[in-house]
Amino acid sequence: MPAMRSPFSRLSRGASWVSVLQTWRIDVTQAPFDSAHEEQALRERAPGLGALASFLGIVRPEHEGLPLSALWLEHYPDMTQKQLEQLAMQASMRWPLLGGTLIHRYGRLAAGESIVLVQVAAQHRDSAFVATHFLMDWLKTKAPFWKQAELADGQRVWVQAKAQDDQAAKRWE
Amino acid sequence: MAPINLVYFAWVRERIGCAGETLALEQSPLPLGEVLDLLIARGGGYADALVPRTQVRLAVNQAYVEMDYLVHAGDEVAIFPPVTGG
Repeated sequence: MPAMRSPFSRLSRGASWVSVLQTWRIDVTQAPFDSAHEEQALRERAPGLGALASFLGIVRPEHEGLPLSALWLEHYPDMTQKQLEQLAMQASMRWPLLGGTLIHRYGRLAAGESIVLVQVAAQHRDSAFVATHFLMDWLKTKAPFWKQAELADGQRVWVQAKAQDDQAAKRWE
Repeated sequence: MAPINLVYFAWVRERIGCAGETLALEQSPLPLGEVLDLLIARGGGYADALVPRTQVRLAVNQAYVEMDYLVHAGDEVAIFPPVTGG
């Protein structure tokens, strides 16, 4: 993992959080998104970029060994937006980023549908890769979303939080 | 004194049987753990949702807090399972 910069090093030059967040697009939506369209929009928000990393999460067609029809996601709207903005600000404090995109869907998402998109723009690949990884690990353990698995017979069961996700998030503390 | 607003999500909401409610505080501030004591004492779905209390996560005014956090009149207190997004 590359050495982290002092948290405020790149923000001490007069940049405010407002201007940092202007280079991010954060959206919590039921609607499908288009990764290619989002990538183009991020390129336009981040002039001077030399690297763009992207992670797309997709509804896996199984749950604990059983065929899964869909995931049902609920969230805590007033808190979700704040948490995602905090994640974007954390990533921007830790690495020299030029902007990014965080989109998370909720509602009923059928197997194979896209569920989450993280894109990060930077001058160089290391920052873009590592910040994308960080954002996904922290999003999994900090953003207030809950999944229910809809199985092939229509039964719905709550997805349990995984200890391995907590472990993955801890390495960034 | 203004009550607190309680909001519940996922299986905490299902076990308690409602998405939210208000609760009058006899004193403010009050440690969040004592708010949970009041709810657990109601038994039934409240106890199913909140015992053991390590199975839930807590937020006050949309930010994560721990059991010793002091809740003030008018606060929004959210109780929910560990998150599973991403």
